[in-house]
Amino acid sequence: LSLSLSLFLSPSLSFSPGKYKVEVHNDKTESFVMKQGVGMHVEVKDPDKNQVLSKYYAYEGQFVFTTHTPGEHYICLSPNSTRWFSGGNRLRVHLNIDVGEHANDYKQIQAKEKLSELQLRVRQLVEQVDQITKEQNYQRIREERFRFTSESTNQRVLWWAVAQTCILLIVGYWQMRHLKGFFEAKKLV
Amino acid sequence: SSGINAEWPLRPGSFKSTKFQCFHEYIPGNKKFTLEYQVISGGHFDVDCHIMSPDSKKLYNEQRKQYDTFIHTSTEAGEYSFCFSNEFSTFAHKQVYFDLDLGEDDKASPGEQGADAHATALTQLESSAYSIHEALRLVVDYQNHHRLKERIGREIAEYLCERVQNWSIAQTVLIIIVAFGQVFILRKFFDRPMPRGTSSKVGI
Repeated sequence: LSLSLSLFLSPSLSFSPGKYKVEVHNDKTESFVMKQGVGMHVEVKDPDKNQVLSKYYAYEGQFVFTTHTPGEHYICLSPNSTRWFSGGNRLRVHLNIDVGEHANDYKQIQAKEKLSELQLRVRQLVEQVDQITKEQNYQRIREERFRFTSESTNQRVLWWAVAQTCILLIVGYWQMRHLKGFFEAKKLV
Repeated sequence: SSGINAEWPLRPGSFKSTKFQCFHEYIPGNKKFTLEYQVISGGHFDVDCHIMSPDSKKLYNEQRKQYDTFIHTSTEAGEYSFCFSNEFSTFAHKQVYFDLDLGEDDKASPGEQGADAHATALTQLESSAYSIHEALRLVVDYQNHHRLKERIGREIAEYLCERVQNWSIAQTVLIIIVAFGQVFILRKFFDRPMPRGTSSKVGI
């Protein structure tokens, strides 16, 4: 039993720590309540399926991880034991991660740097354009890899066609020679 | 804009899994929200989707769609459920991208709230900045779609590349096995003792 999802993240894209909360369904009150002793295992894998984070947390908390490769990161939350929700109990998981532009708290920035509304708006536009530029760069790299994969497929098809034809010819020739020798030895030819 | 933007893997129905995988979000009353989803990997790239309002009414219910956009203004405040299912599938694992857009909120929209309340004091500069912001949001949206399309295409290409390699190796091995097998079996026919007994059993 687990909750798994993937998020597009990039080292150049800022994102907040993952804040989560787990609640167990209480059949008596027909609502979801937080329960002591409930723990979650959080696992995060990067686009190359390498583990970036694997830790146990309590029923509420936040997890942090760093990204080194841009792409789909796989987040998996699973309970650390089935003890406290056996018998078909339901779990509710709240998860909150702010990515990119949404990770900025503009009210905070405005207060700290004492910006007017217009200045803040321009600041936000700059952040947006920055995000767009980074995404375009990511796409450029991805397209390169896609092209490399396509060319690789092309090469493989060609190489294997040639190789298999050669093998067929060699093996066919060997068969004839072998059988000829065999029949000659058996004095049938 | 606030919202949820994630990809969700769905197991096929032939494996023991829950019928629907749902995620829930609290939406205040009279709020316009947009759900957009697209299947990015698996089988025929289709999925079942339905949306439930807080009073358990089905706002949206579609079977085996590849992608769709659903815009709705909430009547009541409460928890809305957005559910996906891959039950109809025998083997294919699906990965669904979805995006729930709840419109602007405080954090991401400086000056937005003020603008809505009294649209009088907006200078040209401020309204230009706002339209730039909206245009950029559209750009980010297109980029997102492009990224998804590229991901789908790339996955197919990588899968194809692997398949070509694997099947070629298997075919080559099969050719060699069959070639040796043919000769071996043929030789076995002639190794049986002939009734006339004239053949000399000279092995090679």
